[in-house]
Amino acid sequence: MSFVVQSTGHLLTPELERSRVQIEQYAREYGLDFYETIFEILDFEEMNMVAAYGGFPNRYPHWKFGMEYERLNKSYAYGLHKIYEMVINNDPCYAYLLECNHMVDQKIVMAHVHGHCDFFKNNIWFSKTNRKMMDTMANHGTKIRKYIDKYGLDAVESFIDLCLSIDDLIDHHSPFIERRSKPTEKVDDPPMVKKLASSEYMDNFINPEEFLQQQKSKLEEERRKRRRFPEEPQKDVLLFLIENAPLEHWQRDVLWMIREEAYYFAPQAQTKIMNEGWATYWHAKIMTERALTDAEVIDFADHHSGTVAMHPGQINPYKLGFELWKDIEDRWNKGKFGKDYDDCDDYVTKREWNREVGLGREKIFETRRVHNDITFIDAFFTEEFCNEHKFFIYQFNPDRGVYEIADRNWKSVKQKLLTGLTNFGQPFIFVSDANFDNRGELLLEHRHEGIDLRIDYAKDTLKNLQQIWSRPVHIKTLVEGKAKMFTYDGEKHIERKLDG
Amino acid sequence: MVLNIEQDYLRFRQIVRGKIKQDLKKYISQGELIGKKGKDFVSIPIPQIEMPNFRFGRRNAGGVGQGDGEVGTPLSPGDVDDDGAGQAGNAAGAHILEVDLTMEELAQILAEELELPRIQPKGTNRIKTERDHYSQVSKVGPESLRHFKRTYKEALRRQITAGTYDPMNPYIVPIHEDKRYLSWKTKAKPESNALILYMMDVSGSMGDEQKEIVRIESFWIDTWIKTNYNGVVTRYIIHDAVAQEVDSDTFFHTRESGGTVISSAYELSLKIITEEYPQDLWNIYVFHFSDGDNWSGGDTDRCINLLKAQLLPNVNLFGYGQVESTYGSGQFIRELENNISDVDNLVLSRIENKDDIYQSIKDFLGKGK
Repeated sequence: MSFVVQSTGHLLTPELERSRVQIEQYAREYGLDFYETIFEILDFEEMNMVAAYGGFPNRYPHWKFGMEYERLNKSYAYGLHKIYEMVINNDPCYAYLLECNHMVDQKIVMAHVHGHCDFFKNNIWFSKTNRKMMDTMANHGTKIRKYIDKYGLDAVESFIDLCLSIDDLIDHHSPFIERRSKPTEKVDDPPMVKKLASSEYMDNFINPEEFLQQQKSKLEEERRKRRRFPEEPQKDVLLFLIENAPLEHWQRDVLWMIREEAYYFAPQAQTKIMNEGWATYWHAKIMTERALTDAEVIDFADHHSGTVAMHPGQINPYKLGFELWKDIEDRWNKGKFGKDYDDCDDYVTKREWNREVGLGREKIFETRRVHNDITFIDAFFTEEFCNEHKFFIYQFNPDRGVYEIADRNWKSVKQKLLTGLTNFGQPFIFVSDANFDNRGELLLEHRHEGIDLRIDYAKDTLKNLQQIWSRPVHIKTLVEGKAKMFTYDGEKHIERKLDG
Repeated sequence: MVLNIEQDYLRFRQIVRGKIKQDLKKYISQGELIGKKGKDFVSIPIPQIEMPNFRFGRRNAGGVGQGDGEVGTPLSPGDVDDDGAGQAGNAAGAHILEVDLTMEELAQILAEELELPRIQPKGTNRIKTERDHYSQVSKVGPESLRHFKRTYKEALRRQITAGTYDPMNPYIVPIHEDKRYLSWKTKAKPESNALILYMMDVSGSMGDEQKEIVRIESFWIDTWIKTNYNGVVTRYIIHDAVAQEVDSDTFFHTRESGGTVISSAYELSLKIITEEYPQDLWNIYVFHFSDGDNWSGGDTDRCINLLKAQLLPNVNLFGYGQVESTYGSGQFIRELENNISDVDNLVLSRIENKDDIYQSIKDFLGKGK
């Protein structure tokens, strides 16, 4: 008798295994390219557990996973949601199937998963992610358990609480860019004290030596104060803290692990629309063209329509992504791009446009390689697309006390979509001065782009940050157009108005 | 598969309990839990147990949607995702977390925080119930109750004794004789029942605020007493110049006017107790809420006599809560204080406003009766 020790769930039944092999075969024939994908079957409790852990059954212990588990279990029990599938960006990819699903659902999920796996492997934004994350997560778990044994649950847990409060303060582009400029070669000239003009014999009286000395040391003092640390605003607040906050060794290690996990998950948030759309596109294609049997058509249609359902006040990333991918393929198949097409202003000609260039498939594979959600929307969200799919902007109307449709202009819709995606819809926060007021206090700055911070949350976050930095922390932001600085000094919150 | 999450889940529950305990005073005095009560659960709203982070205050910011409709067409409220609006990502919204607690857990928290002693039921061991406890191991039984660890140990022991155990190749194969099964034992448990009898003055001087206080108090009293007894019956009596028995809904919502004759209620309660709840089978709790304004001194004397002679000797606890009202003279509680002493199952409590509820519950239930 032998066990697969690593396995979380159960291996596939022969029937599912046959489908898996077949669907993988279809996927490869369409040109999808993915790491080996291991499917496991979980019952709903196990599924909720794995989902609560973000897909990794061996994560470090923390109550927030317990909280998520309760939430998932409850909403499953009330029939509010059901997790059909989960897939982990790893080599090999792991994917989980829900035990009680119908055969046709399982087939859809398998096809869908292969879409995701292809995306993970080939999209540039995933290229720097750790492909052995399953192991890394397990290592993090082991290390944190070790720290708990050594330093106590309360100490470690409350420190993790602090870290999780700021784990979104990372620099999503940093894996691809050399952020730090090399130390400048320029030699800093020592400060020069300007002498007052005088004739030589009067010089000792007009510019006495003591005065010159005094002026010189004053200038040097000022220059020292001006020397900023960090030299440039740093967006990777976590890294900055790891390198500069007065932490114990184990704390630094915990913070490092949390940061590593944050960077691992970042690309998934960065490509949600593309990734879900891509997987939906491929499950639809594989199922309808190859894998469906006649008896399964109705069930498939039912499931698929649920996946791409529209809710008036929300964007369904599955739907938006799916339609965009289809639109791109269609446009490049018919040659609806380039100067000729863009310059044409006859509605009917544009709609009937078909040069039969057949570049669709090639274009979508190229697009899935190089774009993320922002560039994807920016490049392919066209006026025709917006109108056809009836997008609109809604706004709160205080007079009527309801949300109502405010605008259907495609440019505003696109702008609103892009704004929502920028920095994942999170505020831009930078470390701007770690020696604020020349007292070793930490100053953060919020780059205000139209929306205020939520002040109660910001205050609580500052409080957590202060515990890591151990000196007072500040954040500069705008509140209703006025510059303000919020401070937590270790005992109390202070709120100050700033000039200008 | 063992669910790793168990540990994290328990930890989470522990934290929730801590939070509730911290804010128990608030929950008690605001009475917001009463509306949230289900049959066995109460859901408690806990603000911000999640990790705070820097995020946008995006209320009313609007967003992008999809579907039919002219400009100006309102969206139905359920359609709008208030927090995640305008954002395709799946960032969790800032919702207040509602946690389900069983009534037992809630009572436990209440008891810990108020330092309530466990109630000692009176010696009523007459009614017994039977219960199965799976606490034993036997050699026969159904396969579904097979005790894996014990079976394994038996097999291991047998193989070692027989010399067929090879540490380099440790295969353990249990045979029929090795198998062990869980087995049960039936235990008889004494059953204890309790009657909670609420009386309330509904004369004109008892306003809505006073009734709200009574409502909140009775919720917590119920919660605690119910966890201490197997069967609890609750009865309600309202009175002005005359007393009558009513259902709970009427009890909390009726408003009468007119005078107050407290003895009428005491007589009715005495009648219910003596006729329907023999004292040796029931633990009896009587609570009376009033603004303390009795019709006449003569009636007050009558009440005191009734209490001394008949009510107090027959009940576990008699609680009198005097709710402050602008009209009441509040004389009744003073009369009770002055005339009844050296009785340890009478509890008097003054409740001036909602903040006093906490202390008052502690007074009522702190005796362990």
